[in-house]
Amino acid sequence: MRGFVLIPSILAVLGLAFWAYQENYRTQAAQQRAETLARDIGALRERLALMEAEWAYLNRPLRLAELAELNFDRLKLQPFAPTQFGKLEEIAYPPDPTELIVDGIVEARGTLTDGVDPAGDWP
Amino acid sequence: MIRTPLRPLARILAARAHGTDPDVIEAENLRQRNDVRRDDLRRRAEGRLFVLVLCFVAAFTTVGVRMAALASSDPQEPRLAAAGEAIVATRADITDRNGRLLATNLDTHSLYAQPRHLVDPSRAARELATVFPDLDAAALERRFTDGRKFLWIKKKLSPEQMQAVHDIGEPGLLFGPREMRLYPNGRLAAHVLGGASFGREGVHSAEVIGTAGIEKAFDAYLRDPGLGGAPLVTSLDLRVQAATRTVLAGGMELLNAKGASAVLMDVQTGEILSLVSLPDFDPNDRPRPLARGDQSDSPLFNRALQGVYELGSVFKIFTAAQALELGLANENTVLDTSGPMRISGFPIREFRNKDFGAISVGEIIVVSSNRGTARLALQIGAARQKAFLGKFGFLVPTELEVVEAPTGRPLYPERWQELSTVTISYGHGISTSPVHLAAGYASLVNGGTRVRPTLLRQPGPQQGERLISEATSDAVRRMLRAVVTDGTASFAEVPGYAVGGKTGTADKPRPAGGGYYDDKVISTFASFFPADAPRYVLVVTFDEPQETSGTEPRRTAGWTAVPVASEITRRIAPLLGLRPHVEAAPWPALTPAASRVAE
Repeated sequence: MRGFVLIPSILAVLGLAFWAYQENYRTQAAQQRAETLARDIGALRERLALMEAEWAYLNRPLRLAELAELNFDRLKLQPFAPTQFGKLEEIAYPPDPTELIVDGIVEARGTLTDGVDPAGDWP
Repeated sequence: MIRTPLRPLARILAARAHGTDPDVIEAENLRQRNDVRRDDLRRRAEGRLFVLVLCFVAAFTTVGVRMAALASSDPQEPRLAAAGEAIVATRADITDRNGRLLATNLDTHSLYAQPRHLVDPSRAARELATVFPDLDAAALERRFTDGRKFLWIKKKLSPEQMQAVHDIGEPGLLFGPREMRLYPNGRLAAHVLGGASFGREGVHSAEVIGTAGIEKAFDAYLRDPGLGGAPLVTSLDLRVQAATRTVLAGGMELLNAKGASAVLMDVQTGEILSLVSLPDFDPNDRPRPLARGDQSDSPLFNRALQGVYELGSVFKIFTAAQALELGLANENTVLDTSGPMRISGFPIREFRNKDFGAISVGEIIVVSSNRGTARLALQIGAARQKAFLGKFGFLVPTELEVVEAPTGRPLYPERWQELSTVTISYGHGISTSPVHLAAGYASLVNGGTRVRPTLLRQPGPQQGERLISEATSDAVRRMLRAVVTDGTASFAEVPGYAVGGKTGTADKPRPAGGGYYDDKVISTFASFFPADAPRYVLVVTFDEPQETSGTEPRRTAGWTAVPVASEITRRIAPLLGLRPHVEAAPWPALTPAASRVAE
């Protein structure tokens, strides 16, 4: 009677010990991976900071102004002026695309309705 | 358990037979039984106490062992916390209002030597002197061989220099990691940023500490590791700062000025978008303070904030505003400004001894009449004038978030007498910084509420106390606009942007006391735009300007500060996203279709 309780208990303890052993090693592996990743992230952050510093240095306004002046022949860049503000009404709307299609058909066939039954079934 | 009866029949009977008391037997038996029970209970209690003692011993041993382990082991970062929000140990960046970097950190290396590990000290010294031309080979060799164990050689190395030192191949020359502060924009905003240097230095690291400007004012904040890498966001706009500095530097050169400053401030939020003081310096290589002479000649001196000057006629509008606010006059009240006028025996004259006659308050501002403002000031009185200027913050240093702010302490007469009242009404006898003036103008034109200048980006408008009524603020705007359209600041007009403002040309006081220079002035233009709904205040100041295109040198603000301020406005207004109000060309008249048919 006692054996019926004891043997499964021993087996359970053995199983749990095995599981705990495995979990332990898996945790350690995961921790090591997390540490590696944290180190990588740190290194990447450092590189990012360096690149941001370089970006800021290369894009400093005084240098850009100098470059714009050096390349004035090609780029013709000038400081932003009040006259460069536009109004919505000043922008020409792009031509209506359907009109272009219609014009193409008219050009090719002479007329839009020629040879087409206006009362015909629409697909 | 076999219970012993309390009254065993045999003994009772025997006792009765002997004539003794049978109850004694019962009592005896009861006593024995109680003794047994008592012993039993005591044993059990002792057992429980023992277990409890074991528990406590175990608990205290655990705590003790853990404490001993913590105390004796090396500190270690928690292994799993690193994955979360990292604690960032570097000094926080400083950015402008749009997130452009103004100050950041760069990893570099320092160079030190351990002379006892040097293989050939004289060769090492020679080679180092070729890599770093500023080092002296003989001095270095002497220091390598005088028995010291440790020696700093360079605080910061470029990668090329580091490679060159590597190539020397000396085991006694060693590198330590260093974090240095980098200001990628160089001279731009130098006075705001200040600078940084190394504090305590070790081989493996050195602390970076702010030495001036916002770096020092926010030193503890920038070093706080809990920020998690969040930058300090200032109110500056890098593009505006660059444009302002470029134009101001050009103006300073054309006008042969000794110095110049410009302050651009948002009238609602008090944010300083641009603060330029020329000459300036490179915060990456901050120069030393002057060893002798006037510190205000040093490029480190922030003219916009630390420089307190008598700014002259720009103050007249405060006198006019107060007269309007007190109901002593309105824009159209006519005053007699003809001379002569003597206050406490001191003659009050107009510019070039002009005489404007009887003119209105609005015209007094437009033509900048000293005697006119003097008459208004005499009506206001000393106490009320001082209180009014005090409310605008002209009597205390500004609270700008740089460490130099308290040094910009305004100068004003201790005994505010009648003559002081009169001279202060047109800006003489009180010395303030351009930042004070910008804040004062912002409070005047924004509808009349106090704004305090700040260098940090603000979430919204400041809700300052009311200083003047909306109606007075409107009148002030109209009068200042008239100065540009009809008065001394006609060069300030920028097509598309209605600018209002007031010029000020003040003779510089002689440093030793005793009057003013005849040929040295501080010229100022305090302006705001757009005039109908002001958004920004711009104060431009030149120190000893001289415009020499005419037959005789011109020094008044109308010829010096105003054109430069106008060009700055023209450059920065589009950058600030202000759309110019252009009188649109009339549309071609549309002809109704019906009328065309009728033709």
